[in-house]
Amino acid sequence: MAAVMRFVNRSTFGSRMGHQCLSFSCSAAVAKSVQVGASAGKALPQRVKIVEVGPRDGLQNEKTLVPTEVKIHLIDMLSEAGLPVIEATSFVSPEWVPQMADQVEVMKGINRRPGVSYPVLTPNLKGFQAAVHTSDWLHAPVTVKAGAAEVAIFGAASELFSKKNINCSVDESLQRFEEVTKAAKEAGVRVRGYVSCVLGCPYEGQVSPDKVAQVAKRLYSMGCYEISLGDTIGVGTPGGMAELLEAVSREVPVDALAVHCHDTYGQALANILIALQMGISVVDSSVAGLGGCPYAQGASGNVATEDVVYMLHGLGIQTGVDLPKLMDAGAFICRSLNRKTSSKVAQATCKL
Amino acid sequence: ENSALEFCTLTREFPEYVKMIEVGPRDGLQNEKEMVPTRVKIQLINMLSETGLPVIEATSFVSSKWVPQMADHTEVLQAIHRSSHARYPVLTPNMHGFQDAVAAGATEVAVFGSASETFSQKNINCSIDDSMLRFEEVICTAKQQQIPVRGYVSCALGCPYEGPIEPTKVAEVVKRLYELGCYEVSLGDTIGVGTPGSMAKMLQYVMKEVPSSALAVHCHDTYGQALANILTALQMGICAVDSSVAGLGGCPYAQGASGNVSTEDVLYMLHGMGIKTGVDLSKVIEAGDFICKALNRKTNSKVAQARSKSS
Repeated sequence: MAAVMRFVNRSTFGSRMGHQCLSFSCSAAVAKSVQVGASAGKALPQRVKIVEVGPRDGLQNEKTLVPTEVKIHLIDMLSEAGLPVIEATSFVSPEWVPQMADQVEVMKGINRRPGVSYPVLTPNLKGFQAAVHTSDWLHAPVTVKAGAAEVAIFGAASELFSKKNINCSVDESLQRFEEVTKAAKEAGVRVRGYVSCVLGCPYEGQVSPDKVAQVAKRLYSMGCYEISLGDTIGVGTPGGMAELLEAVSREVPVDALAVHCHDTYGQALANILIALQMGISVVDSSVAGLGGCPYAQGASGNVATEDVVYMLHGLGIQTGVDLPKLMDAGAFICRSLNRKTSSKVAQATCKL
Repeated sequence: ENSALEFCTLTREFPEYVKMIEVGPRDGLQNEKEMVPTRVKIQLINMLSETGLPVIEATSFVSSKWVPQMADHTEVLQAIHRSSHARYPVLTPNMHGFQDAVAAGATEVAVFGSASETFSQKNINCSIDDSMLRFEEVICTAKQQQIPVRGYVSCALGCPYEGPIEPTKVAEVVKRLYELGCYEVSLGDTIGVGTPGSMAKMLQYVMKEVPSSALAVHCHDTYGQALANILTALQMGICAVDSSVAGLGGCPYAQGASGNVSTEDVLYMLHGMGIKTGVDLSKVIEAGDFICKALNRKTNSKVAQARSKSS
């Protein structure tokens, strides 16, 4: 019996109350245990690819406007730390997202490390064209160009969220994205797809795993090489994550899936662990846990890359990331933003 | 180092019920800098009793010279309203403390061992072996008076002085406490350095010596690993978890870093997974709000933060 995902909002926050009989000694009898997902666990991956979203998703959700040279330096430090994928900026209208107004300057200014990918968000064809036609982009010398250029598109599993966030229905957004993936194919540019609200929506509440699977499948079919499943408001728990991944991996190969967990309710690492057990080997995270949750003022958002790396390395899983250098990057951006890190590893280490 | 990757084939079965052991009033407050007035402690414990928590560690019968925060142990124990649905263990490091505790009306006690020699020396001023002798005295006497004893083992996943601790050593100490008569032994990741791999490995060794039904995990969140470690423990058959309301109690070994995992965050995960605890999360959040106001500090619980800030 699969565990039912519970979306928690104020009114449903009560648990099953009632004073249970306390002479009940906690027996480890698993006979009537809660089963989370039917299939047996797979081997944990030996290697996990970390997709660093701090410079884009992180900074986009920080109140303080960050100077261009600070963004560039941050990305360069992250490259030095060994991260294989660093989401650099977003080609959206600066009217909507002023933090990303310096998108072209950032792309031109960063030191692109060989073997590292620097995807940029492109919500539509216009953004895509701006991204690929940015001066040095396509014309950069072969020695500087680090593999194929890459863009990212953002879908949602919730109709209301889609309407409120990008002003159109899920279907309409997928049509827009098809234009992007088509143009990307022609230009030899890779496309990564995101699905938001995979474990809950701030407006709709519960989201069906099948709906997520449908959206993920469409993104994959139209040419996205990887689909990142985002727990946008961080309400998910391991049971819901397992159920979700089971549904989605029926439509999209698990090798093409990533998880993008928010730590708003402290559940991120537990959710990531379950995802790894189910065969996921790509994890999105944000240095210093940059990027609050826009739906819960002051609450945390993205999971901190340092904390994820700590867990993965502790498990003997390779990431290619140098944790001390990563923490340097986190310390740098926190100083620039004049804020404390959201990473527990960073908090613990610097005080010892 | 393949053992970490091996545990992946764990079934995704979880216990139907998890017993929550609330350590905020003792372990939590003991590690807070602010001295808390007795009436605040009493109110906190009373509020926690209202939440349905089955076990609430109330205080510690140690010398007030060592732990001034717990100097009011007798008053606290005598003044709290004891729910018929909860147990209120108190720490008793030796016979003296045990006798005082019983005189004050204690009906359950706890003893604290360590898997690290250096930690034992630095923390309680004696070797592991000597500490076991002390505990044996307490446990024997407690048994005669039909007072259950809970054991703790610190540094189960690492020591601030010795670094990594051999799982075999942890298993040895746990076994000794269990055989001496502790009905349950709580495995403490004292500095929060453990990760799911080291948790799984340690539990594998410990569970060879002591049944999982007699074990609990006491995870610290200093490196943000607590919930992932607890999840792993549940997957391995553990069904008792220690936690602290509002994540009270910093880590004395990493100034300013967090310590105990927040009860609220653990409950959120368990309830989300359909696991029963008998605890009302909203009421725990209220108790957390209360003690944070009294301590003039922010909560460490992410759930409490999210709840108070969401529109």
